[in-house]
Amino acid sequence: MAFSQTGTIGWFARHEFNLSWRDFMRMMSGGKPGREKTVIGVLILTAIVMHIIAFAVLKPAIETGIDPDKSLFSLLTGGLLLTISLMMSQAMELVTRAFYSRSDLDLILSSPVSVKRLFAVRIGAIASTTTALSMLLCGSAINVLAIFDSANWLYAYPIILACGFLATSISLALTILMFRTLGAKRTRLASQIVAAVVGASFIIGIQLAAIASIGSISRLEFLQSDMIINLTPDAESWFWVPARAVLGEMNAFIAVFCAAVLLFVGAIYVFAGSFAQHVVSAAGVNFTTTNHKASRRTFKRTTMRTALRHKEWTLLLRDHWLLSQTLMQILYLVPPAFMLWQGFGNAGVIGVVVVPVLVMASGQLSGGLAWLAISGEDAPDLVETAPVVRGAVIRAKIEAVLGAIAIVVSPIILLMAIADIQMAVIALAGIAAASVSATCIQLWFRSQAKRSNFRRRQTSSKIATLAEAFSSILWAGTAALLAAGSWLLLVPMILALMVLWTARSFRPETPLN
Amino acid sequence: MPEYALEVSGLTKIFDRPAVNNLQFNVEAGEFYALLGPNGAGKTTSLRMVAGLLQPDAGEIRVFGNNAKTNPVDAKHVMAWVPDEPMIYDRLTPIEYLEFVAGLWGIEAQTAQKNAYELLDWLALSENSHERCEGFSKGMRQKVALAGALVHDPRLIILDEPLTGLDAGSARLVKDVLIERVNKGCSVIMTTHILEVAERMAERIGVISKGRLIAEGTLEGLQKQAGRKNSSLEEIFLGLVADDEHGQEAA
Repeated sequence: MAFSQTGTIGWFARHEFNLSWRDFMRMMSGGKPGREKTVIGVLILTAIVMHIIAFAVLKPAIETGIDPDKSLFSLLTGGLLLTISLMMSQAMELVTRAFYSRSDLDLILSSPVSVKRLFAVRIGAIASTTTALSMLLCGSAINVLAIFDSANWLYAYPIILACGFLATSISLALTILMFRTLGAKRTRLASQIVAAVVGASFIIGIQLAAIASIGSISRLEFLQSDMIINLTPDAESWFWVPARAVLGEMNAFIAVFCAAVLLFVGAIYVFAGSFAQHVVSAAGVNFTTTNHKASRRTFKRTTMRTALRHKEWTLLLRDHWLLSQTLMQILYLVPPAFMLWQGFGNAGVIGVVVVPVLVMASGQLSGGLAWLAISGEDAPDLVETAPVVRGAVIRAKIEAVLGAIAIVVSPIILLMAIADIQMAVIALAGIAAASVSATCIQLWFRSQAKRSNFRRRQTSSKIATLAEAFSSILWAGTAALLAAGSWLLLVPMILALMVLWTARSFRPETPLN
Repeated sequence: MPEYALEVSGLTKIFDRPAVNNLQFNVEAGEFYALLGPNGAGKTTSLRMVAGLLQPDAGEIRVFGNNAKTNPVDAKHVMAWVPDEPMIYDRLTPIEYLEFVAGLWGIEAQTAQKNAYELLDWLALSENSHERCEGFSKGMRQKVALAGALVHDPRLIILDEPLTGLDAGSARLVKDVLIERVNKGCSVIMTTHILEVAERMAERIGVISKGRLIAEGTLEGLQKQAGRKNSSLEEIFLGLVADDEHGQEAA
């Protein structure tokens, strides 16, 4: 193996790329060697399916012809703002992680290389990661439009990259500002909460505006509504320059792309040096929470189940990252809650919108919490050597999960019950089914892991991840159809049960704990 | 006939090769027993089976007469496990951790509280008792884990390399706590690579190689068995392991 010139930006970039690629392949293959070809095959298949779906969705618009009018500009501008808000959320999280994770930093910071170059590369990597995800999500739609409408749609790719540059630059500036004003210790929590709020705020804001103005939760309808068309500037205004850039107007494209690149290069130039300083100062922060005034703690009479439940809830409440994620899930419940308030007593609104959203959110939340409680045990030896039957430990952990879900959803259920008791009962049944299903799936596919690996929980079993997502969607569908009084509810219900049966059949024979 | 804290017979565990092979040894009540062996000899695997963390492929384990396989809850009630890598909850404080452990073992609240504060005092953790463990050093974490193991007053303590990574002061504290427990009638079985510790603390020593017990006894007994009078434990241990390896190669 030939050693190349070290310490250059290119050398760091190659090193970072190698690590990221191996990380990605490990995540996709579940850490099992020799699966690369399968992973590539699955990715190609997924891309084909996504293109078919995109074609089916866009076909009517392509057939009628897509005109570059204010309605399209509004849709594209809204889409770009949504993309930027999600990118900013992701970038803020990545910047925060880069500040606080140590991994190889001790080695690199103690070496005589220029850390400014390393952080320039890492900032670039953050922009690439955030851009890649959005490109993957939008890629199929862009390709379909480029093939069947106009090749100019391919300009959307560099514009997404420009959004990535913009989002990373703003996130970097925001996080460093927080670091300087709040200090290293508080920034970790604050930035996670801000990231969650930023990620959810635009999508929620637009949904709330849509409900208030047109009585629908649909963002597409809202962005193309007469109200928005009348409120926004003329089609010739500079306001629509980003939308025109997506459509391939050369002047607009050059202006948007160059502005984003300049901003990004400026951000790297300004912040790469201070980034290194902040990383060093973050390393010196002691995150220990000291309660100097704490008096002698009085132990309470307890049982094993209470002790386990209490432990799980305490750990959940003290997990900042998890709290921000949960906060984000709860924020997504705001629009249906608002809709519930708007259409108070309107069974149709509650049944079609509120019930399925609640059921879906509960299923997803239960899956995450169940993983934390069942698989994410930081002291497995302690729990395993305790003089209790294994089943009792599992039962106590499940109680902790379901208890947490009950606390989150009960205010909305209560509000719903005042408006329409029947809908509240249906929502409750759907939430119970989705939560129990997600918990069962986590139970069947449990494998011991550190809680800090929560982000990678999906990699332990792709079957579990898919089963969890499908069961939540299908139970949401069942609840919505039940609310609508349709016998078709049997279809998603049977499918949900089949998903559970399939997941159970594929469960590992001997769970690790 | 002596009362046995731990009786291990015919214990076998096979991964891709036999990790523990027909292992047999006993630990008397109130005895300090050290289990020595080179890396990969099967020490940790054996102790994990005793603690109920691994299922044996064959053999029997009895803890104070309770069959650990058929009656695991009773067996676990009287023992404690301290792994080499302390497993504690970063977001709990030491006192909260001890309250949780006491809850798992069903210890009466007042007793648990008294035990917990005594242990934290003894292990010099009182100052940190209300700090979350996330900023603790390895030594502090190991002491919290040890306090967790002792808070329910176990009759048998199983420790896997408990002194790894501890500074001299912390190691001394841990050794003192273990000696004090043995003096009160508690039984201790411990693996260690620090042979001076085994030599000074253990009443009996078992030497394990390739999953089999190749020698067992007091220091004098081992010296006699190895034919090396006045030799240090280190010399005896290295001699026994080398002889065993040569013997196996010859066979």
